[in-house]
Amino acid sequence: MALLDVSDLHVAYGAIKALQGITFTIGEGEIVTLIGANGAGKSTSLRTISGLLRPVQGSVCFRGVDLTRMSVDKIVKLGISQVPEGRQIFPKLTVRENLEMGAFTRRDRNEINDSMERVFSSFPRLKERLHQLGGTLSGGEQQMLAIGRGLMSRPTLLLLDEPSMGLAPILVEEIFSIISQINSEGVSILLVEQNAAMALSVAHRGYVLETGKVALQGDASALLANPQVQEAYLGEG
Amino acid sequence: MRLTWLRTPLRIIAWMVYAALSLVIVYGVYRLIQFKGATYFFQALLDGLRLGFVYALIALGYTMVYGIVRLINFAHCDVFMVGAFSSYYAITSYGWGIVPAIILAMVVCIVLNIAIERMAYKPLRNAPRITALISAIGVSFFLEYFTALRFVFGADFLTYKRPFDVVVWNVLGLSISNITVIIVAVTLALLALLLYIINRTKVGKAMRATSQDATAARLMGIDIDRIITLTFGIGAALAGAAGVLYAIAFPQIWTFMGIMPGLKAFIAAVLGGIGNIAGAVLGSLLMGEIEVLTVSFVPFGSRIRDLVAFLVLIIVFLVKPTGILGEPQVEKV
Repeated sequence: MALLDVSDLHVAYGAIKALQGITFTIGEGEIVTLIGANGAGKSTSLRTISGLLRPVQGSVCFRGVDLTRMSVDKIVKLGISQVPEGRQIFPKLTVRENLEMGAFTRRDRNEINDSMERVFSSFPRLKERLHQLGGTLSGGEQQMLAIGRGLMSRPTLLLLDEPSMGLAPILVEEIFSIISQINSEGVSILLVEQNAAMALSVAHRGYVLETGKVALQGDASALLANPQVQEAYLGEG
Repeated sequence: MRLTWLRTPLRIIAWMVYAALSLVIVYGVYRLIQFKGATYFFQALLDGLRLGFVYALIALGYTMVYGIVRLINFAHCDVFMVGAFSSYYAITSYGWGIVPAIILAMVVCIVLNIAIERMAYKPLRNAPRITALISAIGVSFFLEYFTALRFVFGADFLTYKRPFDVVVWNVLGLSISNITVIIVAVTLALLALLLYIINRTKVGKAMRATSQDATAARLMGIDIDRIITLTFGIGAALAGAAGVLYAIAFPQIWTFMGIMPGLKAFIAAVLGGIGNIAGAVLGSLLMGEIEVLTVSFVPFGSRIRDLVAFLVLIIVFLVKPTGILGEPQVEKV
């Protein structure tokens, strides 16, 4: 059984149908990426998995449990954590407080401190900025904080929405190598990206979304080699 | 383009404006002292401070609720009134002391405000903001007129019997009563408790996180409904205590007593920067001083005190709508 099973998902914003029957799965320990143009439904998929949006039809099952009727905080407790698009860190909380908020659903202080240390080993710069307000960090640091905060709930599945957005190429490289490292520590990842080349280079499998439907799917390496994908998303061909 | 080079000159200009303002204030104080004597002036200042402390307790409820749900809870001033009345009955009918009376008022107000939120605001959470605002005004009228019915509190003015004898001390020519001491002590204690909750506890941090970015807060697993309930509860507790303190200072109560202090506290919250806790306290102290200094020094001051308060609101909206400590609001998409 897959870790996450999304089947025939329809989501609408009023009259606008954002998702028109999307089906995909994420296996235990996998990095799966959703790529596609603006408005293809990538972020909508993540927001529905997290419970921020309710589907019109279809189901989202996490280890066999249906999430579509569950509240956002219960979904976080089950082990799904989202790093939202545009980072959305808390600008007037310190770095430390931001990370504490990431661990909101957890109780054990020692374990929380352990997780915090682990975040610092991935992002040493956050430790230097521990008592600075989140809003005073640079864009790259804010993204690190957002990912660190997402890890503080000790998720089984991490949902990443456009982690490369607005970052310099060298920082994008750094963020993606950390994503691979997080995955190698056993966290499954659903990665939504506009930067298709980068996403497919770290992912195991990928799905190409077009106007709310899955247009193509397959192993990341196969998608990278696919002429259609190259033409439409990789700026080659 | 970012106009970073403008920052330094702007900062210098700002400091010059502040310096000029301080000079004006110092000169104004000097003239006022000359006008009626130092004792008179400082007595007015002290009375203003006392009033400002009561406003601060009310203003915090407005500003905290606004910070979380972006709603001006117009029924807040009536919650304050219910606080005054519940302590009145505890004191006159059951002979309770001041501290238990304050605690009772706080508890009654917490229950009331949470009930208001559940019934009048929660169902409208996804409706346009103006809808909840109209609902708030409706709840306010309902509380004022319903409690004015004969079988509730009645429509008459009641004389509030203080559960202690008034003692006045003379300190350096200023008369300080035990009423002032109680008001200042209770307010400072509640403020300290509030700051502890907000800055040190997990739920307090979650409240701040929610007011900064509600969606991100939900994604952290924070149950927004619980945070909203808690915010309405804390605001109501402070308003309940304020109701008792206001009644011991101005011992006449009736069911419309909340309107004026409520509006002034609301103005104070706007003056300090709505949504900002330090701003609410600062704005309230200023409003208390402005009001009492007007009464003490302006001809017919006691008749135009309310006028001056609303003038402050208009000036704030014209000059700096975000208030003293408020920051420019960036509308989020």
